[in-house]
Amino acid sequence: MSETVTLTIDGKKYTAERGRTVLQVATDNGIRIPTLCHNEAIEPYGACRLCVVEVTRGSRTRIVTSCLYPVEEGLIVQTASDRVIRNRKMLLDLLLARCSENEVIKNLAAEYGVTQPSFRQEYWEKNDCIVCGLCVRACEQVVGVSAISLVNRGISKEPAPPFLEKATDCIGCGSCYYVCPTHAIKMEDKNGVRRIHNWKVEFKLKKCSKCGIYWAPEAQLEYIRRKADLPVGFFDICPNCR
Amino acid sequence: MPSKLKSPKALEALQKKLGKVADAGKVSISVCNGTACRPYGSNPVVEAFKTEIEKRGVADKIDFRITGCHGFCERGPVALIQPGNIFYQKIQVDDIPEIVEKTLLNRIVIERLLFKNDSVGNIQAQVDIPFYKKQQRIILGNNVKIDPTSIEDYIAIGGYSALSKSLFELKPEQIIDMVKASGLRGRGGGGFPTGAKWESCRNAHGDIKYVIVNADEGDPGAYANEGLLSGNPHSVLEGLIIGAYAIGAHQGYIYVRNEYPLALKNITIAMQQAEKLGLLGKDILGSGFDFNVRINRGGGAFVCGESTALMASLEGKPGEPRAKYIHTVEKGLWERPSDLNNVETWANIPLIINNGPEWFSAIGSSGNTGTKIFSLTGKVNNTGLVEVPLGIKLRDIIFDIGGGIRDGKKFKAVQTGGPSGGCLPESMLDLPVNFDELTKAGSMMGSGGMIVMDEDNCMVDVARYFLTFLEEESCGKCVPCREGIKRMRQILNDICDGKGQESDIDLLKELGAHLQDSALCALGSSAPNPVLTTINYFHDEYMAHIRDKKCPAGVCKALIHFYIKDNCPGCGLCVKACPTNAITFVEKRKPVILDQSKCIKCRTCYDICKMGAVGIE
Amino acid sequence: MKDKVSEIVKKYNKDKSQLVSILQDIQAEYNYLPREALNKLSKKLDIPQSQIYSMATFFRAFSLKPRGKHIINVCLGTACHVRGGELIAESLERQLNVKRGGTTADGKFTLESVNCMGCCATGPVVKIDEEYFGHMTNDKVEPMLKKY
Repeated sequence: MSETVTLTIDGKKYTAERGRTVLQVATDNGIRIPTLCHNEAIEPYGACRLCVVEVTRGSRTRIVTSCLYPVEEGLIVQTASDRVIRNRKMLLDLLLARCSENEVIKNLAAEYGVTQPSFRQEYWEKNDCIVCGLCVRACEQVVGVSAISLVNRGISKEPAPPFLEKATDCIGCGSCYYVCPTHAIKMEDKNGVRRIHNWKVEFKLKKCSKCGIYWAPEAQLEYIRRKADLPVGFFDICPNCR
Repeated sequence: MPSKLKSPKALEALQKKLGKVADAGKVSISVCNGTACRPYGSNPVVEAFKTEIEKRGVADKIDFRITGCHGFCERGPVALIQPGNIFYQKIQVDDIPEIVEKTLLNRIVIERLLFKNDSVGNIQAQVDIPFYKKQQRIILGNNVKIDPTSIEDYIAIGGYSALSKSLFELKPEQIIDMVKASGLRGRGGGGFPTGAKWESCRNAHGDIKYVIVNADEGDPGAYANEGLLSGNPHSVLEGLIIGAYAIGAHQGYIYVRNEYPLALKNITIAMQQAEKLGLLGKDILGSGFDFNVRINRGGGAFVCGESTALMASLEGKPGEPRAKYIHTVEKGLWERPSDLNNVETWANIPLIINNGPEWFSAIGSSGNTGTKIFSLTGKVNNTGLVEVPLGIKLRDIIFDIGGGIRDGKKFKAVQTGGPSGGCLPESMLDLPVNFDELTKAGSMMGSGGMIVMDEDNCMVDVARYFLTFLEEESCGKCVPCREGIKRMRQILNDICDGKGQESDIDLLKELGAHLQDSALCALGSSAPNPVLTTINYFHDEYMAHIRDKKCPAGVCKALIHFYIKDNCPGCGLCVKACPTNAITFVEKRKPVILDQSKCIKCRTCYDICKMGAVGIE
Repeated sequence: MKDKVSEIVKKYNKDKSQLVSILQDIQAEYNYLPREALNKLSKKLDIPQSQIYSMATFFRAFSLKPRGKHIINVCLGTACHVRGGELIAESLERQLNVKRGGTTADGKFTLESVNCMGCCATGPVVKIDEEYFGHMTNDKVEPMLKKY
């Protein structure tokens, strides 16, 4: 089996490494496919469906999520066919009805000409979270802590700490905050304290013994120190002063 | 319990011995104690039989057997007596001494307990009853012959001989060829060719492979898998072991729906018995083939019927499906090649091995071979589990086997395939029931639910019902399913509440097309089917709700009201029953008065009135 | 509490993949999933609390609140629905004065709905503990409850 395949994306031929996804290959070649639940550092999940493309293999054409679909020899991909656009528009319509006041969603929807949800106004909601699970996956796969998880199912599904109370395992690293595509996670560093409101946690920040700035949560530094087996006091000085 | 069987000969010998006992010419009675007979009181009936037989000291003269589902649930509790094939129905505890005395000890038939038919009169033999006549019960037929908790019973009727033949006379490839030649397609709904699936799994790269029984029959209103697994668990287990051998798997899983306690109990017993006899575990029948099975209980999630969600659940994770761009036969459970088949698919395997693929493919029609079990429920006269050759017409099932619509009402629709299926109207009654025709009509085979609806069922309400169900059962992972179903349900709610607009129909269709294209798994992509088929076949009923603000079937509460007719004799029964005191007594022989402002439309008065004096409009 | 959870975990050889079955057994023991038991389980199986909570809230079979002495299951499967199952559910809600999922103030009953119990032919069906009641109508609800 050869290590590379040739596929067609939007009429142009590309060579790609076997095992890569359609989204990766498209992105590598400067073709923009919109995504929300995707992050290169985290396993693809396929929840937001925004990256849908139309693929043809033999006589069969269908809609697939490009973040998960592996490239294949002879595959024909259309990233912006009528059918793709129609589906993407409906997705944004649905997301806008859920997050009717969220700027990220509003802007993305507007890009596709969706300026207001197709559903009756009394049903519009004002969420910021689209339940893409990036925060949960980052906490599990990148940080290795799993302080939060997706709880409940269906329309009640949401990322949350266990028992909907303070996330006792959280180390305050803020990875969830950085990966969230819709700024649904509210985090603030103030007066030497970091608060992540969504998980009901607060952390004392470590003050650099040299320059005096607060540079990271103590709990996070302690977690890293133990994991990497570093000496006590290793993080007394911030990276800038080291 | 016989000792461990270490060779095919030992199994044969045991079979002969047990077969002789069964053929001893004793009178036998099989009493159904399946799940569907229990609401009728089959438990006390069974106990009464035991007591009566013991009291009379005739245990050695009567072969008494408690079995799983006989199929004709409508008439439960039921029993079958041999010789004579005598079918008794609606048996009550008081009938038992008489049955033992007259029929079992003196071979006198009790006319009162026979099935009655207006045109023919009493029918004695089970085979002559219209409900059974057009059926071909190659799988379910064994339920009456065996106590599901007795491996001896199963062996006595030839059980595990297909396994023995497979292990000692056939190569794995030959078994796969036989399954392919039989034309068997997956009974779980999709209808994928079973042999091809097995072959892919066998050829998939990897040393460790798994075989899985999907017994998470979640379609509301379908209990075909339940009746089979609780009534004949060994047939499923035997099929699974044969499949494991053919595919090259040494570990299997049986995932049983949480709401099926009896099926869970019986398959657990079956597994333990098979292990004790050396039909499961190490060195099966001395063949050198090892295979173990683990039984898992579901946790109450419809989505776990989806193969990848089921596998996630087996791994100890929430039942979230994943994309199947790489098939589960290549990367399934724990990323290893896994073959998952429905309960009924597995139960067909021993039959194919024993009787040959030609025998199997002669049943049914080309491309849709074999039989299919349906749970026929809803507004038909004869509800129950029916097994028919594929290709039979809907009309034959509903009117010949099912005996037509209850209470002389008019047929309106039949729903097949559960929440993934659709509602088919009268004009489709001549449709041959097979995988392809049902799909073409916008419905599905599903796991075999067949729910009949009459003129009193509102099709908009039925569509809303399924969407409400799916909204609750969606795992919530992908946007089209989680958000799309919710929006569709809201629109349907509005239509049922008289707040619908004509543009709603187009929006429902658009959302439907979107879900079919973009949802992650089959739960989401098939979710619009109940809505799209009802819009397609019952468009007028939608328009009546939207334009005229009327529910023609008299179901949607916001669009109906109850009233008292002039023929009300003022008996006062409804006055007492009304939970909100909305009905006032005037005087005897004068109609009662219903206060619309207090009425919550709970239908209690309508149900309780013996004079038909409560109307709905 | 400590021993019961340990016993159950031991029965499953600390096999994390059997989490659903383990939770079923814990629930069978306590009638619901007590928080202390889940915390214990998290330590015993070395699974983060968050993931156990995720499982416990995903599956409908699990309850994080104590349940009543008797569990009422009212079937809302399709076959029961077309024969008026919803009206029976509403009637139960009225007479018990609880919503679906709720437990009566006296702790006697918990009302739960279920989507099919596999006895569709006798719908609408209600199950109280292990006893099934078929062909339900509104007027049969009160006498049924009185038996308990």
